[in-house]
Amino acid sequence: MNGRQGVILVAALLVSAGIGEAKAGPADPSILATIIKWTPLLAQGFALNIAMSFLAMAIGTAFGVALGLGQISVLAPVRASAWSVTQFFRNSPWLVLLFYCMLLLPFEFRIGDSFVSLPGWAKATVGLALPVMANVSELVRGAVQSIPSGQWEACEALAFTRLQTLRMVILPQCVKRMTPPWMNLYAILTVATPLTSVVGVSEAMTLTGDILSSEGRTELLVPMYLYLLLWFFAYCYPIALATVALERRFQVR
Amino acid sequence: MRDVHKSFGAQTILNGISLDVMRGEVICIIGPSGAGKSTLLRCINALVPIDRGSILVAGQEVHDAKLDKLALRRKVGMVFQQYNLFPHRTALENIMMAPIHVLKHDRADVEARAHSLMRKVRLDGKEGFYPGELSGGQQQRVAIARSLAMQPDAMLFDEVTAALDPETVKEVLVTIRDLAEEGMTCVIVTHEMGFAREVADQIYFTDRGVVIEHGPPEEFFTQSRDERTRRFLSQIL
Repeated sequence: MNGRQGVILVAALLVSAGIGEAKAGPADPSILATIIKWTPLLAQGFALNIAMSFLAMAIGTAFGVALGLGQISVLAPVRASAWSVTQFFRNSPWLVLLFYCMLLLPFEFRIGDSFVSLPGWAKATVGLALPVMANVSELVRGAVQSIPSGQWEACEALAFTRLQTLRMVILPQCVKRMTPPWMNLYAILTVATPLTSVVGVSEAMTLTGDILSSEGRTELLVPMYLYLLLWFFAYCYPIALATVALERRFQVR
Repeated sequence: MRDVHKSFGAQTILNGISLDVMRGEVICIIGPSGAGKSTLLRCINALVPIDRGSILVAGQEVHDAKLDKLALRRKVGMVFQQYNLFPHRTALENIMMAPIHVLKHDRADVEARAHSLMRKVRLDGKEGFYPGELSGGQQQRVAIARSLAMQPDAMLFDEVTAALDPETVKEVLVTIRDLAEEGMTCVIVTHEMGFAREVADQIYFTDRGVVIEHGPPEEFFTQSRDERTRRFLSQIL
């Protein structure tokens, strides 16, 4: 892999800007100038995308690890319920979960006497965290089960408790195995954040639509969305490269 | 160990095994693959529960639901065919983990003990190596040291040389022989007949879940009474 895809994207942006230019009226400012004009606003929206992706990943990972450990519990009821929750959220469309969170979570809630408001983006973040949680849960379960049974046996023979075995021997080995797919999941989550535009969060996708409608120039449509694409690409592509590099390094040993 | 039975599903693995190991004695268990030798060892430290029969370790019934399995396993060390070292820890850390976290011994004491064990298995200088950087024979010796660090009363060896290259088998056997000579109680499952003959006080020959024959090595190898034993020995020697 190399940066070829990025180069293609930039080229497409420039070509589409050129075509748009040709269609534009003589009095209109140039396409590139318009894009640059709106860049600060777009960057603000994009920052929200990134913030949501960070938060959703953090929340999803925390709950997902707990759920994944539930899936390998020695207690059958815990195992069964963790499994059901995981399967439910893993096999639900992200957009549907998002809608549910927007509709079901209150816009504010009470802690003691004070009210804390829950803005739309926060609710959307919870909505995104749910499928992340389910996927992390599966990553944890899969990683634990991929550790050779001899490791468990050796720990048993050394009189480790189950908790000690997990904490000192099994999970440390899982972290390494889980990191590349976990990063992959993060990249998928990030490119899924524009879904929140459907439920009215003012992130980059929503703002691009706003910008286009305020400009009212159809020739801006293609370059503007390509520009947005480029932002996501520039952010996620290095993650993809790092994931592949990590995978390769872990494979060698 | 008296009349021990164990089956996995419909498959009977142990079909009434009885044997005795005295303190300080070295027992070698030999026999064709699938004879239940590994399962037998795993029953002794309660890694595998038994269906019927009785196993006494230092007067304690292993097959007792109330038994503190962890206490038993502190007294009985085990070394595996596949070493099962912890790949994310160095050789020294592998040895130190259990004494620190299970026995709650003082870290400095454990570290000193780990260093002396590394010397004992002739691996001084390799303390900081990860298992992946050591040869099979070296890994197995670290595994023996790891088990010894728990200061067990007895050691179980489960075909510890079966996964090794021929040239590294010897270094592991020498380590075990040293232990045996120091008076460590050992139960050894092995295919190394020469080694068994050299170190064992008693040899047990098992097949299809029962003890066919047992006796002191000289007697066992030269004048075995049972037809199956003779056939097995003639195939292997």
